[in-house]
Amino acid sequence: MRLDTVRLPWNSIGLLAVLLALVLLFSVLSNYFFSALTFRTLLNQIPALTVIAVGMTYVLLIAGIDLSVGSVMALCAAVAGVLLAQFGWSLWLAVPAAMLTGLACGALNGYISARWRISSFVVTLGMLEIARGGAYLVTDSQTQYVGNAVGIFGATLPGLGVSISLIIALLVVLAAQFVLVKTVFGRYMVAIGTNEEAVRLSGINPIRYKIMVFVLAGLLTGLGGVFQLGYLQSADPNAGLGLELSAIAAVVIGGTSLSGGRGSVINSFLGVLIIAVMQTGLAQLGVSEPSKRIITGVVIVAAVVFDVYREKFSFINAGKKLS
Amino acid sequence: MEKTNPLLSIRGLNKQFTVAVLQDLDLQCYAGEVHALMGSNGAGKSTLCNIISGVLTANSGDMEFDGRPHAPESLLEAEAAGIYMVMQELNLFPTLSVAENLFFKQLGVVRGENTPQKTPMSGLLVDHGALREQSYELLARVGLNNIDPAMPVSELGLGQQQLLEIARVLHYPLRLLILDEPTAALTDPQIELLFEQINMLRERGCSVVYISHRMDEIRRVADRVSVLRDGRCVATQPVTDIDVDSLIHLMAGEGAATERSLADSAKRNRHTVMRVEHLAREGVFRDVSFEIRAGEILGIGGLIGSGRTEVMRCLFGADKADSGCLRFARDNFDQRHIHDCPQNAIANGVGLVVEDRKAQGLLLRAPVADNIVLGQERRISSALCVLSSAREAELAEPYVTLLNIKYDSQQQAVGQLSGGNQQKVLIARWLSMELPILLFDEPTRGVDARTKQAIHRVLRDLVAAGNAVVMVSSETQELLTLSDRLIVMSNGRIAAEISAEEATQERILRASFRYYNDVGTSGARIDAT
Repeated sequence: MRLDTVRLPWNSIGLLAVLLALVLLFSVLSNYFFSALTFRTLLNQIPALTVIAVGMTYVLLIAGIDLSVGSVMALCAAVAGVLLAQFGWSLWLAVPAAMLTGLACGALNGYISARWRISSFVVTLGMLEIARGGAYLVTDSQTQYVGNAVGIFGATLPGLGVSISLIIALLVVLAAQFVLVKTVFGRYMVAIGTNEEAVRLSGINPIRYKIMVFVLAGLLTGLGGVFQLGYLQSADPNAGLGLELSAIAAVVIGGTSLSGGRGSVINSFLGVLIIAVMQTGLAQLGVSEPSKRIITGVVIVAAVVFDVYREKFSFINAGKKLS
Repeated sequence: MEKTNPLLSIRGLNKQFTVAVLQDLDLQCYAGEVHALMGSNGAGKSTLCNIISGVLTANSGDMEFDGRPHAPESLLEAEAAGIYMVMQELNLFPTLSVAENLFFKQLGVVRGENTPQKTPMSGLLVDHGALREQSYELLARVGLNNIDPAMPVSELGLGQQQLLEIARVLHYPLRLLILDEPTAALTDPQIELLFEQINMLRERGCSVVYISHRMDEIRRVADRVSVLRDGRCVATQPVTDIDVDSLIHLMAGEGAATERSLADSAKRNRHTVMRVEHLAREGVFRDVSFEIRAGEILGIGGLIGSGRTEVMRCLFGADKADSGCLRFARDNFDQRHIHDCPQNAIANGVGLVVEDRKAQGLLLRAPVADNIVLGQERRISSALCVLSSAREAELAEPYVTLLNIKYDSQQQAVGQLSGGNQQKVLIARWLSMELPILLFDEPTRGVDARTKQAIHRVLRDLVAAGNAVVMVSSETQELLTLSDRLIVMSNGRIAAEISAEEATQERILRASFRYYNDVGTSGARIDAT
């Protein structure tokens, strides 16, 4: 409750301001940007990235990192895709199977890194390769066309035109923020990211919570895979290349610290929106792909520089009080 | 001494952060003088030293050093004038070797104006042979002769690291040395060596500004003492004119410490609640057996590196013992227990207030209440693990009041509080767990005199209420005042068990040395002085 509710609104307001400024900027620069169609398209692209960024926020909070989300998402989508397209499973079995796949990958990441104290960077880098290989194996390197079998995950809300997936993703964001700020589990994530040894010596086993965080991140990646499958109505074993970097970028833009102990799910979601608005807006302006990437890169670095500066500034203020 | 001009003269120094930290502070320090600074935390000692040494700049006021105006903008500028500071927090590179740490500033410096004559460099390369030779010299001066200069600093004990910090500045062209709580992590013999070095500096005409909370030390080593309170220098007197009571009065404006009442402690009902049997941990300590009794403060003395902290950690399950066991009165001493994680210890009613509060105890970025309830979040949450701030306050606040913890706002990070308040927060956590056996490792390390008194009172109240307290302390005086029974460790073994009535400084010291006389295997090393 305390630490984050005080700091959070300010950050959120800042991010929201950046987001609105971007929307305004693109609306002025492009005739097509400010339209229901653009926003609908934009919003229907982000559910997968959103839920994955939620998991990534948790992982960064405990001072870990998960590089495997892109390929794990592809693997999960592939599992669901193959089960639907080739084995004719019902959606209500294929979806849990996909999510369980993600959960299993996350459990492995968490168990190996937390139990044996191996850097999660290395473990998830390994998982990045393993899951990608798995996705090729499962699909036999063929894109799996699923079509209408994706059911409600491909459906949109009548009238609004936004997908069911987006609604689910938004609910996940809200639930995850609640868990972070209001529950024991959330408190422990922040505490572990702040000082793991202090947590251990207060009689809490941090390993258990660290594994749980990776399991959750895996589960959410599985859900992201299902969203992706629903959006494209197919499972491509090459899907999600570089997605881990987009997710980390969104979370970092949202102000989550890479060294752990500080972060907010809501702000990560705002980070996702900022990235998506930039991508769409720049595309509509006819900015070439290389330039788009350069601009995105600059924004990420600028966001972090700003954040570090702000942190330093508040530290100086804190220092003044201290003495 | 007063006839000559002061080496360092400070007049009307002001420093303002959000509040005034230094107000019209005057101070004179003469060449060849050891000038002690005392004052409770927040009195402005550290700020003053930071200004003298160029870490901070003052808002107003004049400083003169050696007859010239002194207003350093950086540490380097002050060092160029011959002013060096050894800070309370260690500033060593744990992964670099002892030698590299000693000569860090000279590494890479081939020739320079302000470097000592010798540099351990040959051309652009580090001459490791020369580095080693020069390290031996410096290490010997602080009694670390036994240390291999090639050893990484992380393998040294806290006290040894502190000595290394001091050794590091000894080969500079010192004119004024500022020592901030240099003995906080040192054992008595190590302190002797430090004093020897200070005396040598004094004979060379170098001044030493010496911050300490330990009155006995100040009386021994200092020439004059200045007392700071609320950013002012309220008194400067020769140490011979001053006594403990008046110093405490000057610092806090409050009554002196209450003396230990033996009659009171004799009335308590004491019975054994925990037995430690033949506990051992490879290469650290062996065959450690003793009893912990309710209604009693068991003091554990000994040199740093003698295994005291390590025994505490094994009792608490922070580390796992290799052999031996613990037995508890609650199961009639029938069961053999080994604590392999803190959860086990807590379940058996054992808690540990760790030595290093910042690294191992507190969440510095979190507020006071979060820190107090850490580990007990289940108690302040609903069935669905949703935290209740009302229940959090209910759990934390009685202890905030009891220990008189001072903070500005509910949200203020613990890292912004003074060292004394931080220590109180950590102690509050363990009090709120209501465990019958509490282990305290250096409970008053680096806290001001007032907080120290408060913590002593907490320990006494705990045993008066029938709890068992074990206290590791490097301060013999503290052990003597508080302990009902004393254990002295020496080189990983128990060297003596002494009752309060029979305990004297000399007995404790003699026991501390007992097992070091043969060629020592562990890190601690003592010179026969």
